[in-house]
Amino acid sequence: MLDLAFSEPAPRVISGAREEWELVIGMEVHAQVASQSKLFSGASTTFGAEPNSNVSLVDAAMPGMLPVINEFCVEQAVRTGLGLRAAINLFSQFDRKNYFYPDLPQGYQISQLYHPLVGEGEVLVDLAPGIGRRVRVERIHLEQDAGKSIHDMDPNLSFVDLNRTGVALMEIVSRPDIRSPEEAAAYIAKLRQIMRYLGTCDGNMQNGSLRADVTVSVCRPGAYDRYRESGDFSHLGTRCEIKNMNSMRFIQAAIEYEARRQIALIEDGGKVVQETRLYDPDRGETRSMRSKEEAQDYRYFPCPDLLPLEIEQEWVDAIAASLPELPDARKARFVRDFGMTEYDAGVLSAEVESAAFFEAVAAGRDGKQAAHWGINELFGRLNREGLEIGASPVSAAQLGGVLDLMASGEISGKIAKDLFEILWAEGGDPAEIVAARGMRQVTDSGAIEAAVYEIIAANPAQVEKARANPKVAGWFVGQVMKATGGKANPQAVNAVVLARLGIED
Amino acid sequence: MSEIDIETARRVAHLARIEVAEEALPGLARELSAILTFMEQLGEVDVEGVEPMTSVTPMRLKRRADAVTDGFYPERILANAPDAREGFFAVPKVVE
Repeated sequence: MLDLAFSEPAPRVISGAREEWELVIGMEVHAQVASQSKLFSGASTTFGAEPNSNVSLVDAAMPGMLPVINEFCVEQAVRTGLGLRAAINLFSQFDRKNYFYPDLPQGYQISQLYHPLVGEGEVLVDLAPGIGRRVRVERIHLEQDAGKSIHDMDPNLSFVDLNRTGVALMEIVSRPDIRSPEEAAAYIAKLRQIMRYLGTCDGNMQNGSLRADVTVSVCRPGAYDRYRESGDFSHLGTRCEIKNMNSMRFIQAAIEYEARRQIALIEDGGKVVQETRLYDPDRGETRSMRSKEEAQDYRYFPCPDLLPLEIEQEWVDAIAASLPELPDARKARFVRDFGMTEYDAGVLSAEVESAAFFEAVAAGRDGKQAAHWGINELFGRLNREGLEIGASPVSAAQLGGVLDLMASGEISGKIAKDLFEILWAEGGDPAEIVAARGMRQVTDSGAIEAAVYEIIAANPAQVEKARANPKVAGWFVGQVMKATGGKANPQAVNAVVLARLGIED
Repeated sequence: MSEIDIETARRVAHLARIEVAEEALPGLARELSAILTFMEQLGEVDVEGVEPMTSVTPMRLKRRADAVTDGFYPERILANAPDAREGFFAVPKVVE
């Protein structure tokens, strides 16, 4: 495994009215498996369908309906586990988590409490070049999603849509190793990136494909280290869980608010009560979910409708053999093979599509040059126009063609930018455009000599100045470039100008 | 011997959303205690080193391929709903 070296940052410290406090954050990320059909039924998972149309009798919990597991979903959870370097449990089991809610027709969620499919793994969270946090993953289990309740369509009624009911989720549970709001966002971003490389989750937070429950507690400096040494949670403060957030911005704001709330409470002589809270983005605060107070007794028991899930090591090995190169390895390879900075490598490997695009451009070409053009010209332009790499008007082959024309000296860097503009607006073959529009760089010394001679002859006063001050020679180069429409090779022009003026290079 | 007190019986009934009249609670608690005590006899069997049996026949969990084979009948899904509007189940307001 290729890895870049990194060091871990200090935790975020918040100064209360009296003392200093550190944050301790754990996360449960619910990632929707990128499957066509649901975990235990053949209904579709397509987002945005007409209400209650992607619902089977199994999802609606009609009497006598039995769940049958979607093998693809199991495979995706195993893939995700392998991508997080986690242990895969060949024996796992499904349990019922019992609670009542209108959008849960079964009255229970099928989940895996006692024997999860995936055991301990880890995520390296990138924070800055050379700085990262290793976050331990406790487990990943498969479970059903619930339906959706809509509260704002009628003053007296809630509307329930069961389309999401029974969709497969991977619940990825971290250890409390995240130490600041920024790290929490970076952790989700990294999970998202890895799962998108693996193709196991589309990572679309807006559509709810990725949601997080966040547990927050605060402790005095040093207490966390004692927890890590001993594994004893009593060194940590009492935690509160903030439920169901699907925005990086809200997650960070909620953690910040919740930490400050707890600190103020403790410093006022109060005690943090372990509870479930909701973040209200309109008010920018968290509040207690009172309805959860007594409902926390989920009365888990093994689901009698499902046999244990037993998988074979050979199957796991085959999945492992099919894993793509993952972000950390790809970034390290970009740094090593193309000599680019870790920052640039991070930008280019951020999305699986952009990394593939870059590799297609860089193949057989100057990697640094490809990185420079990829990041500055193409990605910069895409960002400004709000386009994804998949919608880029300039293909990898076209951008590669531009680089080839520069490498062979046929066009200058300045002309290359013009050519890029033409490709962006009109498309076409770079070499043909250069030939058809006379954009080829003038390297013919006769033509350059003639142009230089003309400018020198027309500007005797400037010639005097240049002989007194060689820096003025640049003015002549500029004039020649202008006269040739930017097509002259600037180095060649410079050499001729200096020679003609009799200035030593 | 397990002892389910009245408070526990009330709580279990509430969690199961089963309405039990106050005067029926002592009897329910007694019955639940008796059931648990009966089941506890199983605890007397020494199962040290015995794998839990999950099926009476040697079966593997049945799997299906990831294909859309069901759904697309919202009218059937909503057929039994006491109230349905615009394709949704309409239920008494639940707000956090």
